[in-house]
Amino acid sequence: MNAMSALPALSTLPPTRSAGLDLVRIRAEFPILRQKIHGKPLVYLDNAASVQKPKAVIDAIGECYSGYYANIHRGVHLLSERSTAAYEGAREKVRAFLNAASVQEIIFTRNTTESINLVASSFGGSVVKAGDEIVITGMEHHSNIVPWQLLCERTGAVLKVAPFTDAGELILEEYERLLDSGRVKLAAFVHLSNALGTINPVKLMIELAHARGVPVLVDGAQAVPHLAVDMQALDCDFYAFSSHKIYGPSGVGVLYGKQALLEAMPPYQGGGDMIRLVTFEKTEYADLPNKFEAGTPSIAEVIGLGAALDWLTAIGLDAVAAHEHELLEYTTTQLQEIPGLNIMGMARDKAALAAFTLQGVHPHDIGTILDREGVAIRAGHHCAQPVMQRYGVPATARASFAVYNTRDEVDALVKSLWKVKELFE
Amino acid sequence: MSDLRDLYQEVILDHNKRPRNFRILPQSTHKADGVNPLCGDRISVYLDVEDGVIKDIAFQGAGCAISSASASLMTEALKGKPVAEVEHLFEAFHNVVTTDCECPRGLGKLSVLAGVRDYPSRVKCATLAWHAVRAALERHTEPVATE
Repeated sequence: MNAMSALPALSTLPPTRSAGLDLVRIRAEFPILRQKIHGKPLVYLDNAASVQKPKAVIDAIGECYSGYYANIHRGVHLLSERSTAAYEGAREKVRAFLNAASVQEIIFTRNTTESINLVASSFGGSVVKAGDEIVITGMEHHSNIVPWQLLCERTGAVLKVAPFTDAGELILEEYERLLDSGRVKLAAFVHLSNALGTINPVKLMIELAHARGVPVLVDGAQAVPHLAVDMQALDCDFYAFSSHKIYGPSGVGVLYGKQALLEAMPPYQGGGDMIRLVTFEKTEYADLPNKFEAGTPSIAEVIGLGAALDWLTAIGLDAVAAHEHELLEYTTTQLQEIPGLNIMGMARDKAALAAFTLQGVHPHDIGTILDREGVAIRAGHHCAQPVMQRYGVPATARASFAVYNTRDEVDALVKSLWKVKELFE
Repeated sequence: MSDLRDLYQEVILDHNKRPRNFRILPQSTHKADGVNPLCGDRISVYLDVEDGVIKDIAFQGAGCAISSASASLMTEALKGKPVAEVEHLFEAFHNVVTTDCECPRGLGKLSVLAGVRDYPSRVKCATLAWHAVRAALERHTEPVATE
């Protein structure tokens, strides 16, 4: 029990308001947060894996199915017209959210992974040849590694990896050096690392690539719930993210692509909805964005994503970012009080995420013990095994935050980590 | 904390901190690696089998407290046992960590892992070393996975 007496003082700031946000009201919009886990209030800190859904999103999906659901783009009846309008309305909401130039640049997929695979297969398959190079970084999620490895295997191209520092920051000089080979056909990198929390200087990285004529794909899965992004300001060629990480339902992803690139690319999958005319001799493909949306999509879920973006925009990403930054600073200070705890990833520009190891305790044991305290975190390699290898650890524990998290919840995390130490000492 | 003590019993914490038979067996007759792709845990088991009897057994690797302690306890349980008994012991152990059965006699210290049954996501941690031993005895060369 000696360890417990070393508990840091609890927060003195009121926990219910942060960065101008009314957290009590925000939390009330998430029905799932009201429950207890093993008799303790749920403290959900696994938001980088998937975030919980506000009632506005749950209701939007329910209203679609109970009010106006039908297949889209083909019916002459009223329900189909209403579903189509709602579905295409969601596309406009995504366009506005990303500040893309046109709705034709917004492709709905299943998730970020499928968005990246679409580019690897369609763009990569038609542009990349033997001896060409694809540049990624050392902090990529498996979903931005494996599609390129598959492409390289198919074409004889070579994957080049830009390294990062111990603090978790990309070494820009190395990235630039890789771009200089003259053989690079695409640079693909993560905006916000799910394993480290690092926010990469994507605008600069895009400029460096474009200066050498290299197009860029940005994996924005972790970034969009935390940072405002602007496609026209970034000038990136492709940007991918998932609905389920931005308060929307699972089963929907987005691929933004510049219109000229998308128009030149062959279809990814063939089927219904992506054609203009089919005969057994030849098929004419539909115009953008339908060319890349073969088959019936996740209609209600796309509409749910639209509701999520409305919800998040109404709160305001600047307020979200300010609140989460406060949480990050508080969490970092509190975690550093725990002897033997080592935070992995201390980039100067970092999102509200703390990946850590605790001396003598495997992350899985931390995860199990925290769960019994009601605290949900992720333990494992976070689908970023090369990052684990970079630091020489098999796994880390990771607490990741969303807009609804509070300082009280950080205190609950820290308190249960002291219990872990107590149990293992 | 009390129910956590059911999982993390003193014996388990002790074997995690000071794993027994934690070394490489240079003269092993059987060897296999076990991998849990879920968490990236990886262990290697080594056996020295003579006349159908496990004369020596050891393991190496990194894992959580449950997988490390289970591997350590397993080496103690299997040392000196006939190879023919491994399957029988594994089956009994598997029952103990996955069902609400009464712990059968003869499992000895292995029954301290019974608490794992309340943590379904951790069963694979407890059985990783056993899967590796079975693979070693079947002379698999590829690492076995729990998935």
